[in-house]
Amino acid sequence: MKTFTKGGVHPPENKLTANCPIEYLSVPRSVTIPVSQHIGAPANIIVNKGDSVLTGQVIAESKGFVSAYIHSSVSGKVNKIDTVTDTSGYKQTAVFIDVEGDEWVETIDRSEEIVTESGLSGNEIVQRCLKSGIVGLGGATFPSHVKLTVPAGKKCNILIINGVECEPYLTSDHRLMLERGEEVLMGVSLLMKALGVEKSVVGIENNKKDAIEHISRLATGFKGISVYPLKVKYPQGAEKQLIKALINREVPSGKLPLDVNAVVHNVGTCFAVYEAVIKNKPLFERVVTITGHSVARPGNYMVRTGTPVMHLIEAAGGIPEDTGKIVSGGPMMGKAICSTEVPVVKGTSGIVLFPSGSSERNPSQPCIRCAKCVDACPLGLEPFLLMTLTEKELFERAEKERITDCMECGSCSFICPANRPLLDYIRLGKSTVIKMARERISKK
Amino acid sequence: MSSTVIITVVSLSLLAILAAIILYFIAEKFKVYEDPRIDEVQAVLPAANCGGCGFAGCRNFAEALVKAESFEGLNCPVGGAEVMEQAAKILGREAPVVEPLVAVLLCNGTPGFRPRTSVYDGVSDCRIANSLYMGETDCSYGCLGYGDCVRACTFDAIHMNPETLLPEVTDDKCTSCGACVKACPRNLIELRKKAKKDRKIYVACSNCDKGGPARRACKVACIGCGKCVKVCQFDAIRLENNLAYIDAFKCTFCRKCVTECPTGSILEINFPPRKPKTEPQAENASV
Repeated sequence: MKTFTKGGVHPPENKLTANCPIEYLSVPRSVTIPVSQHIGAPANIIVNKGDSVLTGQVIAESKGFVSAYIHSSVSGKVNKIDTVTDTSGYKQTAVFIDVEGDEWVETIDRSEEIVTESGLSGNEIVQRCLKSGIVGLGGATFPSHVKLTVPAGKKCNILIINGVECEPYLTSDHRLMLERGEEVLMGVSLLMKALGVEKSVVGIENNKKDAIEHISRLATGFKGISVYPLKVKYPQGAEKQLIKALINREVPSGKLPLDVNAVVHNVGTCFAVYEAVIKNKPLFERVVTITGHSVARPGNYMVRTGTPVMHLIEAAGGIPEDTGKIVSGGPMMGKAICSTEVPVVKGTSGIVLFPSGSSERNPSQPCIRCAKCVDACPLGLEPFLLMTLTEKELFERAEKERITDCMECGSCSFICPANRPLLDYIRLGKSTVIKMARERISKK
Repeated sequence: MSSTVIITVVSLSLLAILAAIILYFIAEKFKVYEDPRIDEVQAVLPAANCGGCGFAGCRNFAEALVKAESFEGLNCPVGGAEVMEQAAKILGREAPVVEPLVAVLLCNGTPGFRPRTSVYDGVSDCRIANSLYMGETDCSYGCLGYGDCVRACTFDAIHMNPETLLPEVTDDKCTSCGACVKACPRNLIELRKKAKKDRKIYVACSNCDKGGPARRACKVACIGCGKCVKVCQFDAIRLENNLAYIDAFKCTFCRKCVTECPTGSILEINFPPRKPKTEPQAENASV
């Protein structure tokens, strides 16, 4: 069975919600929609206080090429435009909407019927993705229309679909593939058309045997799509690792997948593309896994963006008494949130509630030079060295040691027997090095 | 026996003379002239090598002083006017008058004023905490309290106060080298003019949010109301990004802004207690 070659770790899977069907979460009384739910420039708000909005209406316009449209996820009145603490832990501008009924924009096709023919050209598909605010739903939230626009001089000959879901606990992509397999594959063929490629491969980790079987069976009805099971290993869902695992091409340091003629999209994104292109439905809801060992009713919910995390937790039975930490995203790359009023955004794949016993960090001890972090790093870096260099503020040396290649997967911190905060320091070093490099460029 | 000794002594002496001649010519050839005044100036500098002057160390600063035509822009904050005068005497120039400065923390978010809303259990390092989230309180501008400035200070002038959870500067020890200013990821430390008796009036807040959110996060936040700007007769206060700033060089310590501030974010330090205005009359009346 295929997998990537360098590094990787095996965290306990804990896929508690793998058998919970996707349920629609009730619309909350009010939503808070941040204007920056993607990588790139924050969107430009076009509604004012007191305006009435419909579900699916544009409330903020894309500003620049790398940016995304933001749509209202509910119908109601704009209460205010203020700042809110988001999943990043910092404040950002958001539109607060009080919900009144649930009236959708008329152009959205709300029928259940699955359409398998579009008749649209590649360019039209890209335009619809842009207008519908589609971003990568795997977690990085990179605007999809940018990835679908192949720059001159580069070419793409294969589309890779990420159904890996290597983060422990999360099952939103898994359930989506099982329940909405046809829509996902239809989305894949739309993306293939937009990119002008003939071939697409779907990678699914072997711990989701039912999804592999289901998608493989459905894929026989689509041209050019093949499905491969992958050996379970974290971080297989990372672009570079997935490309290596599936088609054995290595993306060089500092390059993009397009440099090896490949483009990677997540299954969640494919579903969103299907809905946007065929059903004309912008991206304003997504599947979110809410889970944890003490959670009363863990499950997978279709949640409107802007819903406070607390509303979702209440649906799952409230905050368990022993909760020590609430993490947005998976336990490996996710981030602890500092308030339950934080809104669900396009990139929120899950909410994990950890009991206080397992959420605290163990005290850090001196490095014992076991080099487990070096073995675990999927990018072939030396995490212990990068941490020391950052501690000693030797940033130029850290740059030479390719600190900017780090994708912050956390395998090094996970494997370290001395509980050293490797990633904390590497992240600091990486941001400092990037800042230094920017200054150098601006000086020239 | 004696001949062996003589041969040894003579041959070794000849070798020594030969080596000395070679070394002499090499030394002449590669001689580097160094101004002897550099050593003299370096001797009067504090030898702290703190970098407060903007140079890598005291030697580099001494070189710069000797090379420079005037002392403008060159100052040793650690040694102050005394050292600069000595250096000026050696070089036969005039030392400009430089006001002494002292480090001041622009935040007063003690646990009483600024309640903790979350718990951070990561690395105890301000830069890392700052890169992760806004901190244990709701203020994304205020002091994080993990002591990067304390570790940066080589003069033992900053210490964490365990009650306020904020760093405190010992004015007598502070040399205004600026190491703490650079260390703080939130730019909360400012070098302000040192006044008589270490008196200070400054806005102890850096929150640029609007009044409402700022006040919700911290009771003593500057809400940008502008009352202090209006009351100041000396044009020393300006308001930018919902935050007031008092120019220490224009401030005359009249203390009017302190009483005007509705949130108490302007601090007055080392002043004698104010005379109560109305109470004396009341006392007279009762007597």
